[in-house]
Amino acid sequence: MNPYLAGIMLGLVLLSAMFFSGRGLGASGGLKYAVVATVEAIHPQHVRESQYYSKYFENGEHPLTNWLALEVLGMFLGGFLSGAFSGRLTFKIEKSPKISNSKRLLFAFLGGVFFVYGAQLARGCTSGAALSGMAVLSVAGFLTMIYIFGSAFLFSWFFRKLWI
Amino acid sequence: MGPISLLTTMPEWVNLLIAFLIGTGFGFALEQAGFSSSRKLAGMFYGYDTTVLKVFFTAAIVALVGSQFLSYFGYLNLQLVYVNPYYVWAALVGGVIMGAGFIMGGFCPGTGISALSIGKIDALFFLVGGLTGAFLFAETYPFIQNLANSHYKGPVRIDEWMNLSPGMFTLILILIAVFLFWIAEKAEKKFKRPEISNEI
Repeated sequence: MNPYLAGIMLGLVLLSAMFFSGRGLGASGGLKYAVVATVEAIHPQHVRESQYYSKYFENGEHPLTNWLALEVLGMFLGGFLSGAFSGRLTFKIEKSPKISNSKRLLFAFLGGVFFVYGAQLARGCTSGAALSGMAVLSVAGFLTMIYIFGSAFLFSWFFRKLWI
Repeated sequence: MGPISLLTTMPEWVNLLIAFLIGTGFGFALEQAGFSSSRKLAGMFYGYDTTVLKVFFTAAIVALVGSQFLSYFGYLNLQLVYVNPYYVWAALVGGVIMGAGFIMGGFCPGTGISALSIGKIDALFFLVGGLTGAFLFAETYPFIQNLANSHYKGPVRIDEWMNLSPGMFTLILILIAVFLFWIAEKAEKKFKRPEISNEI
């Protein structure tokens, strides 16, 4: 799809989140809730003793029945529908022909570790902090956007062999 | 008048259904934008594909302008819409770590979900890494909570911070975006690379 048209569609989705739910979109938060719920299922005592985990279970709340967790679940359906609609559903490892599969997968994994760790610290990722933050004119949103893209530009030279 | 869920009483399941539907639209829009491809996303940082910039700024401006119009005509109370809090050091350090993750993995969390939903195996590894990152953050939280919470400024808005009206700031942002789109189109010509759409 034309990128400007896709941007308008994405903007309207964000606007409806603001209109219906009084908030923006998110993605990394959904991953956090999945982790919190898993740790609670495996080691409930650790959750009760931890200042970090225990706050997600206050007042009888559960991390899998909150807005962001359901929104992220919906993202999988929406992505799947779009892929089906445009004929892009295939299992594959996408990478530059110059690198091996295992190198691509290793760096994909490491990238995920870094990105979501940083997102927890900054209280949101490209969706929750940068995009949604800019739409409500928050200083944090604009700065996070500049920091993410600025840092990726700075580091791009070191990782150029992965992509070009 | 919106935000609907804050100004009307609705059962929790309706609120969660709305979240699911908005998520479905979000996933659909990201995939249609071409964000299920890491090589397309990484193109942003080497100049050969600037879709990220075009989609990102267009979306932010549509939501920004749309919400201001809804507010102006009395359909949305913007005072009740969440504004992200500003923690000076957490935003900087977190943002830099995220940028490093972006160029290594080729995805951000939302685009990783988009790519996994159409079957990209590398996105599965990215998201497993993401879950690991969230787990590491939870476990290391006692050591970094000072950094995470220092220099808290509250939910500061950039228009107030710059002493401009929201409308004036929005106009300036639109002009900046148009200028960036112009640069982006130039960059795509300059750093053009062989067609890869049959590989992605």
